[in-house]
Amino acid sequence: MEDEQSFSDICGGRLALQRRFYSPSCLEFCLSCPRITLRSLTAVTCSVWLAAYGLFTLCENSMILSAAIFITLLGLLGYLHFVKIDHETLLIIDSLGIQMTSSYASGKESTTFIEMGQVNDVVINEAIYMQKVIYYLCILLKDPMEPHGISQVVPLFQSAKPRLDCLIEVYRSCQDILAHQKATSTSP
Amino acid sequence: MGLVFRGAAEAGLGAASAADRPGPPDAVPNPTPTPPAEGADPGSSRGPGMVLKAFFPTCCASADSGLLVGRWVPEQSSAVVLAVVHFPFIPVQVKELLAQVQQASQVGVTVLGTWCHRRQELEESLGHFLEGLGAIFSHKPWFQLCRERGSKSWSCKATHWRGPASPAASGEDQVMLIFYDQRKVLLSQLHPPMALPDRQAGDTTASAGGLAAVFDTVARSEALFQSDRFNEGPVRLSHWQSEGMEASILVELAKWAAGPVCLFLACLLSLISAASSCRVFKLWPLSFIWSKLSTCEQLRHRLEQLTLIFSTRKAKNPAQLMRKANMLVSVLLDVALGLTLLSWLHRKDLIGQLADALIPVADHVAEELQHLLQWLMGAPAGLKMNRALDQVLGRFFLYHIHLWISYIHLMSPFIERILWHVGLSACLGLTVALSILSDIIALLTFHIYCFYVYGARLYCLKIHGLSSLWRLFRGKKWNVLRQRVDSCSYDLDQLFIGTLLFTILVFLLPTTALYYLVFTLLRLLVVAVQGLIHLLVDLINSLPLYSLGLRLCRPYRLAAGVKFRVLEHETGRPLRLLMQINPLPYSRVVHTYRLPTCGCHPKHSWGSLCRKLFFGELIYPWRQRGNKQD
Repeated sequence: MEDEQSFSDICGGRLALQRRFYSPSCLEFCLSCPRITLRSLTAVTCSVWLAAYGLFTLCENSMILSAAIFITLLGLLGYLHFVKIDHETLLIIDSLGIQMTSSYASGKESTTFIEMGQVNDVVINEAIYMQKVIYYLCILLKDPMEPHGISQVVPLFQSAKPRLDCLIEVYRSCQDILAHQKATSTSP
Repeated sequence: MGLVFRGAAEAGLGAASAADRPGPPDAVPNPTPTPPAEGADPGSSRGPGMVLKAFFPTCCASADSGLLVGRWVPEQSSAVVLAVVHFPFIPVQVKELLAQVQQASQVGVTVLGTWCHRRQELEESLGHFLEGLGAIFSHKPWFQLCRERGSKSWSCKATHWRGPASPAASGEDQVMLIFYDQRKVLLSQLHPPMALPDRQAGDTTASAGGLAAVFDTVARSEALFQSDRFNEGPVRLSHWQSEGMEASILVELAKWAAGPVCLFLACLLSLISAASSCRVFKLWPLSFIWSKLSTCEQLRHRLEQLTLIFSTRKAKNPAQLMRKANMLVSVLLDVALGLTLLSWLHRKDLIGQLADALIPVADHVAEELQHLLQWLMGAPAGLKMNRALDQVLGRFFLYHIHLWISYIHLMSPFIERILWHVGLSACLGLTVALSILSDIIALLTFHIYCFYVYGARLYCLKIHGLSSLWRLFRGKKWNVLRQRVDSCSYDLDQLFIGTLLFTILVFLLPTTALYYLVFTLLRLLVVAVQGLIHLLVDLINSLPLYSLGLRLCRPYRLAAGVKFRVLEHETGRPLRLLMQINPLPYSRVVHTYRLPTCGCHPKHSWGSLCRKLFFGELIYPWRQRGNKQD
């Protein structure tokens, strides 16, 4: 079953959280980031072309204009393929692990899977980001040498950056599954 | 246990023929998996709602009914299904086959349960028959997977036998189905995540147990996949190779031919290396020259690599195999690029043009140096030099340039021959040609190197003298025993002479410093050009092209991990996931499979370099193998 809610990120943009409940042991959260707007695209393109035209009137070399078009196209393609993230997905499967997928605007997907044996806990942490203090959700990984130590902190939803209300939703569901997983794994 | 199940198969399933296997006409109530909370037997050893994982190969999803054969991993509560044994079979023969496979592969392969691929609902007797099989191949837990033909509805249950006394009190657990592509998992190699800088690499492998166990199981069970459906064996299996083993004639021929070819080339290479390490080449002038030329380094490196590739010992682990393959591809690419360069040089007759241009270029460089020295001997940049010292140094360097030009003119008739022979060496590889270019640059600018050494030594002497006399000026002394500066009382004569010398040295400092500065800059320019060439050579040497090609064309071979996708889910049915291989990113491929290079990289930081320049110590931009100390 699926349900969708709308939240906002730390800059005020609109985010959509889609939650899919496959079974009591499998849950998926999909957070969609604000799309690229026509206004920003037009603004960037116009500024690049104005700069190129200004250079052209100075240098009288028409290669500058074709180079500007080339740069704009390549820059847009590179931005869509490497930088702009369309949505981020978190899939938790009890007794298997946690999977994070980032889908870029060009369709490329990059996935990381962490096995349940390596997960210590999922917590909401505070961080100083530029001039703000923000909350973020992160996975704490176990230290193989120390039984209760933490070896690494893996932050989630890094490009969507939702606010605390959204994080609390995700946190509650994750904790349900982790508690269930701990209960079943500690039994002999 | 000589029961033959053909009778039961004819009664329940029908059709003992291999080709046609019609589904049973009657229905058996399909038990839906019990909900997790209440499914557990209170007396069982498992906790409530334990979810078992069954890794099922996608190739067996359309196979006919039979027994599931695989390995049970209790720590992960997961069952890895490797193959399906079809009806009819004799249990004794199945157990024999499994014992054989277990011995050959050291993997605990057992019968895990039953697999049923039917048209519609099973009949009651078949259900009991399938459960009866559980009594023969006793395994805890006993899996029963079912699939309706032509639809996507699966059902699975796992039961724990409490023994014949209380068959009704068997507990059931929920099962999660995870599909995997058997061929890809067999061929792929899992790379553990990179260790953090402060941890050992060995610790991470201990925690990567879960999925690595699945990969390991499939990879080691090759013995199970040898029999295909065309075999006339007693047991009929279904797995990824059951349609017939795939092989390529070219690959088989290459493998067969590789033996003698490797042997022949290994002998040849050992002859060459024996010849090159004979005593004649170890005499002093020759060994000194060999250690300086980067061409010899490169040739030695290539010889080592070729010896490793064509050695007759097999690679012990996949990492060594990749290394050999990378070296081979690197050598082949090198030779190909070298031959391209050679054909380009010969087509445009560039060697002749180069030889004709070399002497005028050398003359031009010498002339420019002479102009530079004339400028220094005058009033360079408006500075006023000490006339006498200036003239001495200027004339000294001018005479050297004159000697150098004479040598070049002496060599001019032979240049074209030499260049032509050197150009031939490009067929050994582009790296060799580039190393020769770097050596030619070093030889042609030898006079700049000499000037740099003279200027640096003079400057260094001056600086040491100045620092020692400066200490005398302040009434201190360097204590060699204690390695520190101590105060000391000097006599009047000592102080007088010391001060005089100090003054002389201070006033001569600008002249020496200027000569030192100019020649150091020239030397650094030459070093920068040589450094670029060496960088290119290192790049060709160390880039793992085979691994990059593998990552491009067969991404499943190099796995960083796995990724899961949830397939269509209906309530009441078990959860189905698809496990795919997450390939290694390109940066990690290069980092993991980089070939070791000569190791001739400058080991100074910028700070120590500036310090050496300031004090006039000689800088050797790269260490030669082993024996050079700064």
